[in-house]
Amino acid sequence: MTESTAPTHGFDISAMDRDARQLRLADETVCLEVSDLNLYYGEKQALNNINMRIPKQRVSAFIGPSGCGKSTLLRCFNRMNDLVDGVRIEGKIEIDGEDMYGPHVNVAELRRRIGMVFQKPNPFPKSIYENVAYGLRLQGNPGKRELDEVVEKALRGAALWDEVKDRLHDSALGLSGGQQQRLVIARSIAIEPEVLLLDEPASALDPISTLKIEELIYELKDQYTIVIVTHNMQQAARVSDYTAFMFMGDLVEFGDTDTLFTNPRKKQTEDYITGRYG
Amino acid sequence: MSMNIGQHISQQFNEELEAIRNHVMAMGGLVEQQLTDAITALVDANAELGERVIQNDHKVNGLEVNIDEECSRVLARRQPAAGDLRLIVAVIKTITDLERIGDQAERVGRMAVRLADAEMKQSNYVELQHMGNHVREMLHDALDAFARMDAEAALAVAHEDVKVDREYESIMRQLMTYMMEDPRTISRVLDEMWAARALERIGDHAGNIAEYVIYLVKGKDVRHVTLEQMEEEVRSER
Repeated sequence: MTESTAPTHGFDISAMDRDARQLRLADETVCLEVSDLNLYYGEKQALNNINMRIPKQRVSAFIGPSGCGKSTLLRCFNRMNDLVDGVRIEGKIEIDGEDMYGPHVNVAELRRRIGMVFQKPNPFPKSIYENVAYGLRLQGNPGKRELDEVVEKALRGAALWDEVKDRLHDSALGLSGGQQQRLVIARSIAIEPEVLLLDEPASALDPISTLKIEELIYELKDQYTIVIVTHNMQQAARVSDYTAFMFMGDLVEFGDTDTLFTNPRKKQTEDYITGRYG
Repeated sequence: MSMNIGQHISQQFNEELEAIRNHVMAMGGLVEQQLTDAITALVDANAELGERVIQNDHKVNGLEVNIDEECSRVLARRQPAAGDLRLIVAVIKTITDLERIGDQAERVGRMAVRLADAEMKQSNYVELQHMGNHVREMLHDALDAFARMDAEAALAVAHEDVKVDREYESIMRQLMTYMMEDPRTISRVLDEMWAARALERIGDHAGNIAEYVIYLVKGKDVRHVTLEQMEEEVRSER
């Protein structure tokens, strides 16, 4: 019997199957594992006993009202909180099974593996080229050809190459906000990290630049594990595979984005994403 | 999780959702009235009433179009999520079934007109009337479950549909017997069969609405599953 493709126009109907599409957190490879994490700013507890597994090469979004701890949690992932006075952290965070707060961890090396992009684009007051090449220069003394290659690859990866290829040696500060943010992302991926942490990466940008950043996030997840903090719930719904809802230092719910936005398990989550008084 | 369409920070959003829900209930009420009139017209051989049912069908169609538009507007402007999103999806699907119930009621009305005009009157309408009342109750209960967002009540409606299907089969057998007994009745019995068929379809549509209510309240898609599975989904916590 020959198989006919005509009735479905060559489309594989089984690909539409709910079970085939459904993402399951339990089936994912774990990239970051958080166990019993408590964080205190002085006397005040900012994170309450967080347990979660951030899946590898997926986009995980953290949502929640201001002060819920989502940025604090994100900053734990590359030990940015080490720089804050009076912070005390209990519990464990592992990256690929290694304790990132262990005694022999080289923090600079850790931050090379886990890049971070902030709300406000922060390019260095240097040329576009030098911004991207900066991380590599820090790591050693690369040749010009090697640098050229890396810079182009990173700028292409950040979907900025076509816009800046003719003015690589102009100041980065002359770029628009959206371009600067993509430049910062290019700078982060130039050193090929494993994880990219994005803290409100699009909240200072116009809608079109925002869409470009979101498109970029979608493309980058093939290579990187991405964790994004956003105030914009629709943005979380658009870009992420998994979403975590946090409230007053608690992780209320963490699950696949489709389910969280159509049928959340917790009433608190429902109230927040539908814009109700809690 | 209890369903609640109010308490949005945006008062205007509350009002929009409340309006959509009220419009669905109004449309449901109109369709119920159409069905009641159609059955009465059929049973009482009231051609005038049958005619009125036919005339009124455009009102039902108009409401469907309006509510669809309201739903598109909320989707575009509010990007509803979770329970709000399920409400909009359930409404869009419910009004399609309501409109089709309206069409079937119109069909019953048409048969009522023809049968009232027919020369040879009086067949056995007791069964048709019984089945008509049965599906009218189903529709009423489905709309009531929708209004109260009551998954248990919706489940009961789904159970009723099985009984209606059995009633339909028994009416079919009976009508076939009539045709065999006296071939002169074939023409009118065929019309009665059409009416019975329309009522049976209305039962199916009411059952569909009940399924949307379960989706709305529980977030579970219970189409194309057995009644036992449906029951399990409704009773499970999640």
